[in-house]
Amino acid sequence: MGGGTMTVTTEAPTPKARPARKSKQQVSVLFDAPGPRARLRNNVITLVAAVILLGIVYAIVARLNEADQFQGKLWEPFLDGKVWTEFILPGLVGTLKVTVVAAVLAMLFGIVFGLGRLSDHWWVRWPSAAIVEGFRAIPLLLLIFFIFSGPPTIANGLNREFPEVTAFTAVVIGLTLYNGSVLAEIVRAGINAVPRGQSEAAYAVGLRKGGVMRLVLLPQATTAMLPAIVSQMVVLLKDSALGWIVAYEDLLNAGFRVVGANYGNLIPAAIVITLIYILLNMALGYLAQWLEGRSRRSRKSAATTLSADPNKLPESGLGGGVA
Amino acid sequence: MNWNVLFDFSPLVDEFDKILGAFWSTIRLSLMTGVLALILGTILAGMRVSPTPVLRAAGTFYVNTLRNTPLTLVLLFCSLALSDTLGLKLSNVSTVNFYWLAVFGLSAYTAAFVCEALRSGINTVPVGQAEAARAIGLTFTQSLRMVVLPQAFRAVIAPLGSITIAMMKNTTVVLVASYLEAAALMKDMFEEYGATLPIFLGFAAGFMILTLPTGFLFGWAAKRWAVAR
Amino acid sequence: MRVRRIGVALAGVAAVGMALTGCSEKKASSVADKDKLIIGVKYDQPSLGLKTTSGVEGIDVDVAKYIAKKLGVAEKDIEFKEARSANRETFLQNGTVDMIIATYSITEARKPKVTFAGPWVITHQDIMIRSDDTSIKDLASLKGKKLCAVSGSNSWKNITEGPNKLNLKVATETVPAQGYDECMTKLKGKSIDAISTDATILAGFVNREGSSFKVANAAFTDEKYGVGLKKGDTKGCEAINKAIADMYKDGTAQQLWTKWFGKANLPFETAQPPAEGCA
Repeated sequence: MGGGTMTVTTEAPTPKARPARKSKQQVSVLFDAPGPRARLRNNVITLVAAVILLGIVYAIVARLNEADQFQGKLWEPFLDGKVWTEFILPGLVGTLKVTVVAAVLAMLFGIVFGLGRLSDHWWVRWPSAAIVEGFRAIPLLLLIFFIFSGPPTIANGLNREFPEVTAFTAVVIGLTLYNGSVLAEIVRAGINAVPRGQSEAAYAVGLRKGGVMRLVLLPQATTAMLPAIVSQMVVLLKDSALGWIVAYEDLLNAGFRVVGANYGNLIPAAIVITLIYILLNMALGYLAQWLEGRSRRSRKSAATTLSADPNKLPESGLGGGVA
Repeated sequence: MNWNVLFDFSPLVDEFDKILGAFWSTIRLSLMTGVLALILGTILAGMRVSPTPVLRAAGTFYVNTLRNTPLTLVLLFCSLALSDTLGLKLSNVSTVNFYWLAVFGLSAYTAAFVCEALRSGINTVPVGQAEAARAIGLTFTQSLRMVVLPQAFRAVIAPLGSITIAMMKNTTVVLVASYLEAAALMKDMFEEYGATLPIFLGFAAGFMILTLPTGFLFGWAAKRWAVAR
Repeated sequence: MRVRRIGVALAGVAAVGMALTGCSEKKASSVADKDKLIIGVKYDQPSLGLKTTSGVEGIDVDVAKYIAKKLGVAEKDIEFKEARSANRETFLQNGTVDMIIATYSITEARKPKVTFAGPWVITHQDIMIRSDDTSIKDLASLKGKKLCAVSGSNSWKNITEGPNKLNLKVATETVPAQGYDECMTKLKGKSIDAISTDATILAGFVNREGSSFKVANAAFTDEKYGVGLKKGDTKGCEAINKAIADMYKDGTAQQLWTKWFGKANLPFETAQPPAEGCA
């Protein structure tokens, strides 16, 4: 991401030490200003690269054309307003619904267990750590499968009333447990990123543990964490597509399978909904970057902003913010 | 009352060979994907930091596209579009064909993340290092190979660890691309024995056996080769 | 102090979860007593259950509407939900749907998990191939060919492991897929050579795709299409069996069959298939 390059450190950087956007300098890590020969060489590389890239694009388009994927009748459905209002938009609503609900619950989960891991009591800290590490290590798909079909089987075996687990519930709980665990780590990192002097000062003016957390640490950490949290929402939104496998009526299900079944156009349908996913996620990504920039400029928080870029998250030991 | 749903681990024992086979598929997928994603990701990172605008744009386009597409769709594209419609057949044996398509899809997806991690890593190398390299007369490739990349790779060990673990977990999604591994077997066993807790715990443990040591390994390596600054 | 707040937060999470899933809602237990029905149908099977821009349509849907009417449920009180081959049992068990009419064959393996009413028709499993493929004529010639294996469906197992009418075990190469539409794409692209499933489903695809595919006419099983109910709902099952008998008596069964499969020339038995009894 194009933002600053600061990594999180434990000491508070002075405002002076915060570099402004320095994308130009980043380029110069590797390259000197090109002279006449380098410019010529760059032009040649540009030309060759352009030819190769165009060749690849042409090959794909030609093969698709050969396979008759550009036939009008495969694409026409997407000009029909009803295909959008009946299939794609309801699917999109399904995706957004599951994403928003899971995002809120995951945030709660993240705060509870993120703070749990910072607790002074081992009997809070250890179980929190086990839960967070555990759910981050299990593939989301396995979680969703089990949450979907496990409870009825188990309730049946124990002669209890079946709990109702809809596809929606299974996907929401699965997404909450996994992303909540990742968010817990972000919360922990965010609070750790608030300089120690802040809590020391808070204790010194007579606040107790709860007050320090509520009045001093959390407000500052929130500003710092926001970009990383939004960036995790991209992951959550993408993962919601797994709901397809348990027949949750999301964008993938409605746009890809149902449209495909009606018109026999799986590939055009896949291309259209992929574009929608990409636009949604890129919008979220830019929001994260904007928040990051704003938070870095802001003087309200002494905490170092956690980058929206998962690669810069400290202690991101187990698959946080990626994939 | 049938306590088997909570305590009967015998299906795991009965099907042990199958389970080992399924996890072996997972491991084979992960290893091959890991290698290919690292290669492709490095090439992409090279493109994204190159002085050639066309390459930069192409790299950015690739990363933005793949990173923002759900993996499920990437894999569906590989099996349905690449293989079934465009006729890309990597082998006449369909399991081999779909193994490679799954690897291809996973690698293409993971490479976008590897690329971003590497680019972040390159950006952590102080400008002075590159300036010094140029000052002593190293060419672009030399400074990249001898000064920038060694430091960048060390800085990205931890993020690469995260990506590797995410990728191992992501192998479960390849069941949509007509290749069967551990997640598909768990689903089959759910159908055969019912979705009992022990079966789920068994498979979850299987993945933990794969992911947790990988995490520790990368964590240790990141500390061991940390660049002191 | 903080611990208490965590406790409160956890309770909050649980409460929100309960509210979202509607855990507290209790429903009448037999489909015969309900004023509203949630019926599971296929969403991706042309001529059987297909979600179109103007709602769900197909013979499964029409039969479902007929049965619901006989159970005293008006058409506006029916909610159709998608049920896939792989999750039909789960949907009934966990109450996602009240009833499933989704190309649902009555089999011994399913009987312990599901109470079946019907069958409302008997069809056969058959194979579909590309029209220009002359190498496959019957089950035996599938040997060494690539066959689509849809997750949760039993049809390909009937060919590779039996049982089938010919008592054959054909060594095919199976290619897993998540649904029949994927199989169609694979068949077009020659990733597979044959799709095996109920003749009704295949006829639906031939209706949609036209002449590039054909059904081999090599029936190898009898499929008794039933109405899936939550295990133990014998009252609902008996009510539905009566509705099915009416459907044959008043000619609706024949009429619906012609409406959906007349074009594909799928033969129809005018006599009602014997009811299986509600267990």
